[in-house]
Amino acid sequence: MSLEILTFSFMHRALISGVAIAILCSVVGLFLVLRRYSLFGDAIAHSSFGGIALGLLAGVYPLWTAYAVSIASALIITKIKDKYNISGDASIAVLLSSGIAVGLVIIGLSGGFTIDIFSFLFGSILLVSVDDTILVLALTGAILIVILLLYRQLLYSTFNEEQAKVSGIPVEKINYLIVFMAGITVVTSIQLVGVLLISALFVIPNVTAIIYGKGFKQTAIISMSFSVFSVVVGILVSYIFDITPAGTIVLIAIGLLAGTMGIKSAGLLSKN
Amino acid sequence: MLKVVEINNLTVQYPDVKALDDISLVVNQGDFLGIIGPNGAGKSTLFASMLGLNTKYKGTIKFFDEDIKKSKNYLKQLGYVPQKPIFEKNFPVTVTDVVRMGLRKESDENKIDKILQQLWIHELRERRIGELSGGQQQRVFIAKALVNNPKILILDEPVTGIDQQSIDLFYSILRELNSKQKITIIWSSHDLDAVNKLANHVACLNRTLFFHGESEKFFSDDALVKQYSEASMQEHMHHH
Repeated sequence: MSLEILTFSFMHRALISGVAIAILCSVVGLFLVLRRYSLFGDAIAHSSFGGIALGLLAGVYPLWTAYAVSIASALIITKIKDKYNISGDASIAVLLSSGIAVGLVIIGLSGGFTIDIFSFLFGSILLVSVDDTILVLALTGAILIVILLLYRQLLYSTFNEEQAKVSGIPVEKINYLIVFMAGITVVTSIQLVGVLLISALFVIPNVTAIIYGKGFKQTAIISMSFSVFSVVVGILVSYIFDITPAGTIVLIAIGLLAGTMGIKSAGLLSKN
Repeated sequence: MLKVVEINNLTVQYPDVKALDDISLVVNQGDFLGIIGPNGAGKSTLFASMLGLNTKYKGTIKFFDEDIKKSKNYLKQLGYVPQKPIFEKNFPVTVTDVVRMGLRKESDENKIDKILQQLWIHELRERRIGELSGGQQQRVFIAKALVNNPKILILDEPVTGIDQQSIDLFYSILRELNSKQKITIIWSSHDLDAVNKLANHVACLNRTLFFHGESEKFFSDDALVKQYSEASMQEHMHHH
């Protein structure tokens, strides 16, 4: 196998959208991980399963319904969590199971969708179209701009809500914004790793980067680098060996985490 | 004398208890006010109300003659140091990152270095906040509170769980902020001796305000000090 694969246009699209998604998941995921919301991505992904099933049933492009259902359910669950004082992990469990339940019922009603649903469950990065790629780039760009503009507010309210409030930051609005961005990010990323493995991209590169003991910006950059590395190498390796890209990407990310833990245990990471 | 804070008939009713009962209090510019009172006296409730974290109260709270329910502008003039800041130990922020959070304009970046030097934590600037001792962390949070050049500094029992050397350093910093930089300080403390040495005004709180005035008056009145000591001793016994 040679560099020939890099000349295929489907591979260009896969790599371009893959890199964009890798960066997006790592940045949005960092805020979720630090808010002890690691599984929130997973929960939104599962609720998007309901949205996808709805789209397939209605004959609408499933990602559109997935966006609508995921964002709506993420915002609603956040509202319910605040109003009824439900803990974060319990609200995630509610969101996660209700999404799957809705999906299963709809699939049952329609008599089953067979193949289509599998590409959403496990990802299909090599099949992304030009339109998909443009959408991924546009959404990634938009979310990154919002994060850069509201960097201090996002970080401060993640670090300590009470102090952020006293500094005049609209913490509730920022919380909803993060949930909203997480909803968009998850659905955008479904094409890469599928519903089932999405939280891996949110969590693993960030957990790895945090071990390096650096400040916020450096941690974000390390996380993005690991995320991009996992996705690019994962796509290429999976194509060469004809294995599933989603699983390969996640395994590479886990390999980087294990390697980092090894380096840390060996005392090779300096404090600064 | 410019009124910085004016509290009128502040009452906070929790479902089972009246946390604050008809508190009225004026803090003038340049005051160094020590708020003392036993555990459960309502100090934290008073601060939460003043900081806009608790809005369920009767009465009015004004900063710079503006009702805080009508305008949040006062927060720009205010630095707040919480009792024990809660954050994850491995939260990936350096000392500089934390102080930067307090900054309102990105362009004021050079203020960070200045304040870190002033509080003798400049050499720690690239260290993660979670790696520092309690005393060092406390100074970082003061730096964060001060980086915007606030006119008022509010500190909620800020030396809980900190070693004596750090406490002494901390007190000398407070004294300098008040005397040289003319920052109005509102400070709650359990430490009567420290309040005696540092504060020029004292407010004695036990759900109601049973003394507010110059600290000399309070500390020269043996009956008052005794009354306070007994109240907090009873509370202390009650807690054990």
